[in-house]
Amino acid sequence: MDSSWRSAGLVLCLAAGSAVAQPASDTQSLRREIDAMKADYEQRIKALEQRLQAAEDAQKAQPPTAAPATAAAPGAPLPPTAIAPPPQPVPSAQASTQSLLETSLILSGQYTRTSRDPADYRIRGFSLPPDAQIGPGTRGFSLAESELALTANIDPWFRGQANIAFEPDNSVSIEEAYVQTTSLGNGLTLKAGRFFSSVGYLNSQHAHTWDFADAPLAYQAMLGTQFNDDGLQVAWLAPTDQFFEIRGELGRGRSYPGTDSNRNGAGMSAISAHTGGDIGESQSWRAGLSYLNAKATNQDLSAFDPVGNPITNSFSGSTNVWIADAVWKWAPNGNATRTNFKLQGEYLHATRDGSLVADTTGAASSGSYRQAQSGWYLQGVYQFMPRWRVGLRTERLGYGTPDYGANAGLVGLDSGSPSKQTLMVDWNPSEFSRWRVQVAQDRARPGNPDWQWTLQYQMSLGVHGAHSY
Amino acid sequence: MSIVKRFLAAAGLLLAVAAAPAHAALKVLACEPEWGALVQELGGPLVDVAVATTAMQDPHQIQAKPSLIARTRNADLVVCTGAELEVGWLPVLLQQSGNARVQAGQPGNFAAADYVRKLEIPTSVDRSQGDVHAAGNPHIQTDPRNIGTVAVALAARLQQVDAANAAQYAQRATAFQQKWQAAVARWTQQAAPLRGVPVVSQHKGYVYLYDWLGIKEVAVLEPKPGVEPSAAHLQEVLATLKATPARMVIYSAYQDSRPAEWLGKNAGIAVVKIPFTVGGTDGAKDLFGLFDDTVARLLAGASPK
Repeated sequence: MDSSWRSAGLVLCLAAGSAVAQPASDTQSLRREIDAMKADYEQRIKALEQRLQAAEDAQKAQPPTAAPATAAAPGAPLPPTAIAPPPQPVPSAQASTQSLLETSLILSGQYTRTSRDPADYRIRGFSLPPDAQIGPGTRGFSLAESELALTANIDPWFRGQANIAFEPDNSVSIEEAYVQTTSLGNGLTLKAGRFFSSVGYLNSQHAHTWDFADAPLAYQAMLGTQFNDDGLQVAWLAPTDQFFEIRGELGRGRSYPGTDSNRNGAGMSAISAHTGGDIGESQSWRAGLSYLNAKATNQDLSAFDPVGNPITNSFSGSTNVWIADAVWKWAPNGNATRTNFKLQGEYLHATRDGSLVADTTGAASSGSYRQAQSGWYLQGVYQFMPRWRVGLRTERLGYGTPDYGANAGLVGLDSGSPSKQTLMVDWNPSEFSRWRVQVAQDRARPGNPDWQWTLQYQMSLGVHGAHSY
Repeated sequence: MSIVKRFLAAAGLLLAVAAAPAHAALKVLACEPEWGALVQELGGPLVDVAVATTAMQDPHQIQAKPSLIARTRNADLVVCTGAELEVGWLPVLLQQSGNARVQAGQPGNFAAADYVRKLEIPTSVDRSQGDVHAAGNPHIQTDPRNIGTVAVALAARLQQVDAANAAQYAQRATAFQQKWQAAVARWTQQAAPLRGVPVVSQHKGYVYLYDWLGIKEVAVLEPKPGVEPSAAHLQEVLATLKATPARMVIYSAYQDSRPAEWLGKNAGIAVVKIPFTVGGTDGAKDLFGLFDDTVARLLAGASPK
């Protein structure tokens, strides 16, 4: 009995496989097709009737004690030979929509107006690499990050994805390029390649899906805006009705807070745990806790001396980042089409611990270095009518008192806490296009606040984007 | 030592709990309420059905929220419409589930639209035409004959996935088909006065319903599929109706009723809310109720006042 079902399944699979594309139909060919189908079905029904008759005759001929043992159900189950072969998928007239390689292109551009020069942008209290991508970027019209995404199933066991980002300065970078398993089962998924780390909430999302034009200050100051790395990830989803997921990562540690370096081992390790669920039909939530460790060797950091002249320090050591994240979404009856609200917040705490060479081109004096940094943001985005959303974000950073050990007198210290308030309004003519106006009062630098205006468009071409949570 | 023993005992208990569902009902995740109801009809006590969406939600616009990922993780069978209706969220659920049984192409992945003849298959797909589906119009559940066709394929799939209970599924399928075919004949007869009736639809969601009952769609409130009705477009539709009058304007339970009501008031035609799927109205408690109520509401809307 079992084997006959298996063969029935095989027939089905073969049938599914044979559902090949056919040329576009006009009414005549459609009619011919339908007629052919009709005739085919009539033939099949006739054949089935004959088989049924034969099976019934055979059953009559058998003594009643010979009933199959598997027939636990009351009543006489139909003998397997009498059951119709599973229906075949209807071939559709469309050319195959699932191409071998799914392509999507994000086009984005913006106009930026700032009251202070973006060239001297820094986040006070946070000593970051000179090439850190922080702040509002360039003034005036610019192409924002446009991105090409390619995705496909590789074979029955693997799936691949690559996201190639085109930067406004004509450079190209690989944001993500990874392969992942599709058939391990037991809630396990393995990923290898370059990918955005799953720590926190925003980190693993591509910039064009963010609700504001830029990353929160805490991400810019402690995760290098968005942490991606080359390595491995294992994800495990618990077999419970409550969503509970753990992801562990090992990587090269190529970007801030780590540095690319010549080592055999892993320069980065991370673990994140998330849980979530629904509250009634209208609300859903997700919350998690993540930990990231990255090693840095001779990492250049911009700083200034006690009289305010810029210097470069070199840091070697380890950075631990803890992230607590939570998101809560509301939509009446769970229908987000008309109105919905999304509240999200994250808290980051980073400790940098190791040795530091202060003023590499001047004093070049070695000493220890330890600093505990923290920061949070809280944002709410409300869709008050179809197509229109308004969002408010508030954020603040703290950097404690850095301990420069023997170099204490060589490095200048900041005072006051960086903070930023952002207001955003966006208009989404369709699921594939968005226009956004954003204004921010940025107090990351000492002195007057920087008023940042951004007018931005983001458009999605190609395959339908994913509605990730 | 005793701690180790206690830990081992606890681990054993956990394993036993984890292994227990092997003998429990077949876990099915249905993307839409109509398929949840159909699985329930065909599986009865043999299945444990969770439904991803409700009749109050737009099946195009769902997010891969944590509760759905967890349900996909544990499902033995995922039953969806297909034809790109769930293109925004089902692939994400499947990817994140870590569940090999329900991946596309596996027996645990069932797409209803694969088994029916689809209408409105576009000759070319261009987003300037709105959110068109290359595979054709995905709202196949509005024609009960499609439900009957899908039931045959779904019953076969249930037998394949849960082979131990194949005989029971076969029996239930036969019983359902008998009841369903009789009901379809009844609805078709009841709805005979609707043949040729001109209507306006809010979303291009009823092509199969119209195909079944011979209803004539003269205008659509959404200017393009998936694009919200605008004031300008509503005025255009109103102008169209002067030349080709319609008897009623039809919208689904999950949609904003205001555009339809505006047109109803200004054109002086009936406004008909249809359940669209199981649970959309009080009368649509199951699949039979869905069409009892749909036909009754359409007849009420078409009857001259």
